[in-house]
Amino acid sequence: MSSGDWTDPRPLSPHLQVWRFHLTMLASIMHRITGSALYFGSALIAAWIFALTLTPQTTGEAPQFYQLIETLITSIPGQILLVLWAAAVLYHFANGIRHLLWDGPRIGFDPKTASTWSAFNFLFAIVGAAGLWAAATFI
Amino acid sequence: MASSPDFSTPMARARGLGSAKAGTDHHIRQRVSAIALIFLVPWFLYSVIHASQAGFAGAQAWVAQPWNAILLILTFGAAFYHMRLGMQVVIEDYINKSGRKSALLIANTFATLALFAVTALSVLKIWISVGA
Repeated sequence: MSSGDWTDPRPLSPHLQVWRFHLTMLASIMHRITGSALYFGSALIAAWIFALTLTPQTTGEAPQFYQLIETLITSIPGQILLVLWAAAVLYHFANGIRHLLWDGPRIGFDPKTASTWSAFNFLFAIVGAAGLWAAATFI
Repeated sequence: MASSPDFSTPMARARGLGSAKAGTDHHIRQRVSAIALIFLVPWFLYSVIHASQAGFAGAQAWVAQPWNAILLILTFGAAFYHMRLGMQVVIEDYINKSGRKSALLIANTFATLALFAVTALSVLKIWISVGA
């Protein structure tokens, strides 16, 4: 009979090292990496929303927890984190739309289109994140 | 003739069936939540950048607007649901020890539900107390 901690003998999903580099492979891997990063990044958004429920201090200043988050996200490492977060959102967004178009109307499967589209998604994420950062900083 | 390894699960052998036939349902739920997020995420990005620059009182007042509160809760619902489904696939792909896999799948459900409860209830509290 089976033991307590049974290990499935079937092969796992292919890992990073088995792929020869091509753009669509990178696009797929990045979809999973950005998705996982956003999973953990969402805790910061939850913390920000939660901080907004707190009562202001008696001096009229924002609650200390809110100030802590504000200090964190306006610091240089915090700003870098936010730009990376924005890039991850935009990448997962663009590449996610491609997944929907693959699954639904089955658009964009031929290798040339798929590669070009992958490159576009990377460009969209980088330019978009830089644009958002600039808009948030200077406008 | 060389025998190929038997990759079926014990359950499948026992029943003489293939998959649990739950994959299509997961696939559709992942796509439907994605379609919702196509509309919600651009609004969320634009709004949160604005709100976070308005200071504590300004951000609170922004959340307290009925439409913002409603869209925020919808965004959190769709996003955390989508996250739970996505992380479930990652765990299933890379963890094959059944005990650890089950523990992580349960932790994934708990974490995403906790995040939804924290964010949705926070929005409700601000909407009701500040917006009133």
